[in-house]
Amino acid sequence: MSSAIEKIISDHIGRKVHAGEFVETPIDLIYFHDGTGILVFKHLEEMLVKKVGDVESIVFFDHSVPPHSIEASTLQKYVLESSRKFGISKIYFMGEGIGHQVIHEEGHVKPGQIIIGADSHTPTLGALGVLALGVGALDAAYGLAAGKLWLKVPETLLITVEGRIPKGVYAKDIILHIIGSLRAYGALGKVVEFSGSVTERLNVDSRFTLCNMSVEMGAASCFQKIDEKTINYLKNFGVCDLRKHFSDKDSYVEEYFFDISSLEPQVSCPHSVDNVKSISEVEGTPVDQIFIGSCTNGRLEDLVEVAKILKNGKVKPYVKLIIVPASKRILMKAMSLGLIEIFLKAGAMVGVPGCGPCLGMHTGVLGDDEVAISTSSRNFIGRMGSRKAKIYLASPATAAASALTGEITDPRRFLK
Amino acid sequence: MIVKGRVWKFGDNISTDIIIPGKYLRTLNYSLWVKHLMEGLDPAFSSKIRKGDIIVAGKNFGCGSSREQAVLAIKLAGISAVVAESFGWIFFRNAINNGLLVVECPNIVKYVETGDIMEINVIEGYVKTPRKILSIKPYPKFIMDIISLGGLTEYYRRKKHG
Ligand code: SF4
Repeated sequence: MSSAIEKIISDHIGRKVHAGEFVETPIDLIYFHDGTGILVFKHLEEMLVKKVGDVESIVFFDHSVPPHSIEASTLQKYVLESSRKFGISKIYFMGEGIGHQVIHEEGHVKPGQIIIGADSHTPTLGALGVLALGVGALDAAYGLAAGKLWLKVPETLLITVEGRIPKGVYAKDIILHIIGSLRAYGALGKVVEFSGSVTERLNVDSRFTLCNMSVEMGAASCFQKIDEKTINYLKNFGVCDLRKHFSDKDSYVEEYFFDISSLEPQVSCPHSVDNVKSISEVEGTPVDQIFIGSCTNGRLEDLVEVAKILKNGKVKPYVKLIIVPASKRILMKAMSLGLIEIFLKAGAMVGVPGCGPCLGMHTGVLGDDEVAISTSSRNFIGRMGSRKAKIYLASPATAAASALTGEITDPRRFLK
Repeated sequence: MIVKGRVWKFGDNISTDIIIPGKYLRTLNYSLWVKHLMEGLDPAFSSKIRKGDIIVAGKNFGCGSSREQAVLAIKLAGISAVVAESFGWIFFRNAINNGLLVVECPNIVKYVETGDIMEINVIEGYVKTPRKILSIKPYPKFIMDIISLGGLTEYYRRKKHG
């Protein structure tokens, strides 16, 4: 009996593998970005590699775009020049968007693949039926040179989500609730597989949110089997090569069940992602900044929900609302749907597609004692700037509602 | 491989953002990373450590961002090993790939305090604190090879040319 992940790895190696085994597996796709790329190329130089091997490789300029400092610009130039010199197959330059989003919008992701990304949120792609692993710069460099990755085959943990999806509750609330109960190390080193009628009803945009945040439970990766919705989604981006993998029923090491029928919107409180509370417990907390975007919640579906709330009001005076679409495609779609106009009229600042203020380096760095509510994935101390700042994590709807009032607010107040 | 050193103890979920904040990543000035090591918890930490010291932590050490600078900062600061109840998935890989000794040891935080001298014996599979001897799982040979060669870079070079 094998999990989908064991089957994918077995396909690549050419023999049956089991969880717990150490293997060296071929990989199909490697990507990294302007941040991790710096060390990736340093390592390639030290490995005395002249040109990368045959594995498809992509570099994204998404982390500090446009660059915010002399050092950032200088190092990005190094990453760009090195990408050309070493023969990286594809370069997505500044303004295209976050790698985890652009990579599948551009048709690079095909179900059944093994993908490594030198970025911890690579497992986001697991929503498309691949094994997508976040790795460090050395793994990426070794992969570029040798086409392989050493790996302890991970176990798979099943999370089944059932029930009616309540008003004002989104994929973000569901995953925050799950993390709150399984804790920040609840899935450490394992692959989280989602199933159940709720995950089936969610659109692919929302499924990305679930997979993205499973990293915050320590998961090595996330996996969702592909269905009609995934197939249509991929076809839309020109991908028709569909290898399907399913886990056998008794291949899971652990199984959890959640019924979300009576769930309220959820908020993760400072300074740990698993410090999760229902909105009613934190409502009224004043905020200085609201960030809507990131690889967790910067997709079109998110922006549509935000517009529903912002179209009826104005951002509270002297509160900063920053909205950053995850990719240029999303930004252009949002423009043609009139969403950007709604955001600007409401008083939002709209940023260049990319990571934005998520990583605390630019375009909205938090000052001492500032409080932010963010749709991103991390609220560690100092993540978005000052060590003395506080970060609350929530859904785009909750963030948008909070922008109108200047305090953490239940989005159901603004949803008709 | 035997390592002996003075302990610095930390809690659960020490993220790579705590080990080295994002704002110090846009540089190749390695000494800057060392200077700001653990700044998220103790801004003066790097001035207190001595070569050979050991970090002990609870669950999920090195969780979060994939930044390899977290491992490099620890290694370049002279820390000889990190012993934790469990490690963030990517951090663990990064440590091995960069030749930093990482040892998983459930319950370790109960038996050791900051300032204690502790011994790690990877070959015989135990860690020894003033209070207890705890057993640890041995690594497969190729992991030990990577660590003892100082990391994946040398491992690759030998495989390619050796
Ligand atoms: S949006 Fe944030 S979490 Fe996502 S890749 Fe960028 S920095 Fe990382």
